[in-house]
Amino acid sequence: MSNEWEVVIGLEIHAQLATRSKIFSGSSTAFGAAPNVQANLVDLGYPGVLPVLNAEAVRMAARFGLAIGATVAHRSVFARKNYFYPDLPKGYQISQYELPIVQDGRVDIVLDDGSTKVIGVTRAHLEEDAGKSLHEELPGQSGIDLNRAGTPLLEIVSEPDLRSAREAIAYMKKIHTLVRYLEICDGNMQEGSFRCDANVSIRRLGRREFGTRCEIKNLNSFRFVEKAINHEVARQIDVLEGGGSIVQETRLYDPGKDETRSMRSKEEANDYRYFPDPDLLPLVLDAGWIESLRATLPELPDAKAERLVTEHGLPAYDAGVLSASRELADYYEAVIGLVGGQPKLVANWVMGDLSALLNRDGLDIQMSRVSTQRLAGLIARIVDGTLSGKLAKEVLETMWDEGSDADAVIEAKGLRQITDTAAIETVIRKVMEDNPGQLADYRSGKDKLFGFFVGQVMKATGGKANPGQVNELLKHLLAG
Amino acid sequence: MSFHALTAAELGRALRRREVSSLELTDHFLARIEGSGTRLNAFVTVTAERARADARRADAEIAAGRGGPLTGVPIAHKDIFCTAGILTTCSSRMLANFTSPYDATVVEKLTAAGTVLLGKTNMDEFAMGSSNETSYFGPVRNPWDEARVPGGSSGGSAAAVAAGLAPAATGTDTGGSIRQPAALTGLTGIKPTYGRVSRYGMIAFASSLDQAGVLARSAEDAALLLSAMSGFDPRDSTSVEQPVPDYHAGLEAPLAGLRVGVIREFFGEGLEAGTAAAVTGALDQFKRLGAEVVEVSLPALPLSVPTYYVVAPAECSSNLSRFDGIRFGYRCESPRDLYDLYTRSRGEGFGDEVKRRIMTGTYVLSAGYYDAYYLKAQKVRSLIAADFQRAFESVDLLFGPTAPTPAFGIGEKVDDPVTMYLNDIYTIGANLAGLPALSAPCGLVDGLPVGFQLIGPQFSESRLLSATHAYQRETDWHRRLPPAWA
Repeated sequence: MSNEWEVVIGLEIHAQLATRSKIFSGSSTAFGAAPNVQANLVDLGYPGVLPVLNAEAVRMAARFGLAIGATVAHRSVFARKNYFYPDLPKGYQISQYELPIVQDGRVDIVLDDGSTKVIGVTRAHLEEDAGKSLHEELPGQSGIDLNRAGTPLLEIVSEPDLRSAREAIAYMKKIHTLVRYLEICDGNMQEGSFRCDANVSIRRLGRREFGTRCEIKNLNSFRFVEKAINHEVARQIDVLEGGGSIVQETRLYDPGKDETRSMRSKEEANDYRYFPDPDLLPLVLDAGWIESLRATLPELPDAKAERLVTEHGLPAYDAGVLSASRELADYYEAVIGLVGGQPKLVANWVMGDLSALLNRDGLDIQMSRVSTQRLAGLIARIVDGTLSGKLAKEVLETMWDEGSDADAVIEAKGLRQITDTAAIETVIRKVMEDNPGQLADYRSGKDKLFGFFVGQVMKATGGKANPGQVNELLKHLLAG
Repeated sequence: MSFHALTAAELGRALRRREVSSLELTDHFLARIEGSGTRLNAFVTVTAERARADARRADAEIAAGRGGPLTGVPIAHKDIFCTAGILTTCSSRMLANFTSPYDATVVEKLTAAGTVLLGKTNMDEFAMGSSNETSYFGPVRNPWDEARVPGGSSGGSAAAVAAGLAPAATGTDTGGSIRQPAALTGLTGIKPTYGRVSRYGMIAFASSLDQAGVLARSAEDAALLLSAMSGFDPRDSTSVEQPVPDYHAGLEAPLAGLRVGVIREFFGEGLEAGTAAAVTGALDQFKRLGAEVVEVSLPALPLSVPTYYVVAPAECSSNLSRFDGIRFGYRCESPRDLYDLYTRSRGEGFGDEVKRRIMTGTYVLSAGYYDAYYLKAQKVRSLIAADFQRAFESVDLLFGPTAPTPAFGIGEKVDDPVTMYLNDIYTIGANLAGLPALSAPCGLVDGLPVGFQLIGPQFSESRLLSATHAYQRETDWHRRLPPAWA
């Protein structure tokens, strides 16, 4: 038997649906309000109140189902998950249990080696979020904030198809991309709009049966997911190789200490006593309605990447990077439209220098300080030979910092490229005169000195000479 | 004038003819409630000030030539309906301090119809009981014999109307809680089709069975109130989007040719002889009025009681979880920690019968027992509904007794929950199948009223009411008052 361990991971992703009101009440779902101002009698679980399903949440869940090639159930059922906790006002959470709205979908992820792997999505179901307990703000007491109670969630459950933390991250990012493409979730992980629980187990390579799993709760960043899984895998290997056995339990990841610790074991787990919620009729969706929804789906990331390869001729890598964010792809395509072509050049600038500036300032592409029109203007100056690539980088930085367009920067800095053959020739002759030794060496066969002359010419022109013309003219003139 | 001997419809007509003002009526009933009426313990809260304000408003409406058949008619609400600014206790220590911030849809609609709110009536705690003995505020007495129970869970509403403390009252019926007390106090009580009346603001016992209805002196009164209460409510997903017929206008529909099916399973062992005789007498009256009577069998119906005592506790165990001492209602003194807060608040706040049902319900939903109990009960429930459906292929209405015996003595059955549960043996089926059903008085056994029951297909309230109205035009059982309260 192999001594190698195989890691088996399944993720449960909670995506907060971007509805304006809650899943079963009319309260606002906006983030950041003062405690309990967005909790009405339904959210507070008052005696006599009843839930009414938000149609928009259903539409969003169904769109997700269609986007992952899943079955959008004709009939799904809301159930009650019963347990006591102060931030769970009714003493039960309304969720879907036996019959979820989305069943049996799949997404493709790209592995580090560039190959594609299909990850099964067992189900995605609608449920309401709980409120929050506040333990820090009130010494000796616990506060309850029910603003979040009743916020619609889509819980997306993967098959145990993931084999490493890297794969888990790729999958989570793919789902993140999808929900943002579909505009059903803002994807904001700091605010908890997109978070996940990871089920992790290990087994000897080649074994068919799964090992005992542990569930790691409430991971709200890609980095934490990766670190938590790697930590948990190492812990499980230690336990098993030390002759111990894994106890099925729920563990909490502590990012401060970079470790997971036990929350509760299977024995302590609640018996949730799920049963169909009698306050809500089964959710029945008409086949025609589901089909009409399909027509509203945007171009999805895989299709977009495919098109960027086949129609724009981009390398698969570039297509993957650009299509990973709907906004980035939109930006790229807008620039292409303005420039009228040049896909690889545009892709390089968007993915390269522009992305570097965005990262430097911590901005999303929607907040770019260089608009699509301005980037298109810059690229036009490269295409028409006004700017060298090197100069263009400088211009872009100035555009970014000063909020100006390319032509204004070129004018102000006098950065216009020198393309006048006679002018370049004059400079070259001057350089040859000033460096007779090097000239003699070159002519006696020291070809490497060509670069020296290029450098001298560029230096003398302040980098403005057109490099192509410099090369051509130098070859000719140095040859004598 | 003995206003309390009149029906709500008659009072409404007197009001519109200006023979009496709503304020006079209101004062008359308040005086009875606050006088000898206190003996019955029928009210948890008397809303005298609110009643007089309602009455003045109604009198102004009538003076202006506006208002409908119920404008100015005093009524009482079972204390399970949320009433804004008024205590809403469900007769539980858990909610003894709970003032609702909002009105139930039923309350809203009856207020809009111009009724005057006299107060909130006593009931079995959280509507769990058949004798009104589980109330935190003590048992309600039956005005026909004050040593006996009025039935339950709407026992306060029943006693109040029977004793002439209120012309009519609302009730709720999860397994017979309107019909059985109506039978035991000589009233006409209707539980409409599930989904006919909004459950919004009606504190839930068993959501898939609960339905609001009326306890009144006649089918005509029941028709008036039911018309005002019914209708689709976007706040209740289980309410049905179907127009509400004018039940009052439909009362005169002829009875001749109506096919009435006598439920064989309801006339077997356990039915007290005097009750059987009175109910059979009513059947003869229906025959004389031109009904075609046939016997039908609903073989799954005897499984109603065990089925109900799985489904209802299961739902109640979850519905009552919100009473946790955190946001409203009873909280124990000085809790040590969260667990102590939960267990003592609930342990002290709920009475024994409520706890019994929460425990039963928790058990039947537990891992390993769900299939054997809850799931199986749901299957039997489908069989019972199918039995009814089959029966309605050949008959228009089903007929039987409402309760197996007349009112029993206070304290007589409290220590024997199973015998108590069997009191609902004839009423539970309609709840399990979501069907409308009505009880109306048809005789006295040793001075105690008994009632017959009609069960109809979904949304056949008009037929139930008109058949009963035809019966009541030929009989006077519904006009009898308890001798001590005449």
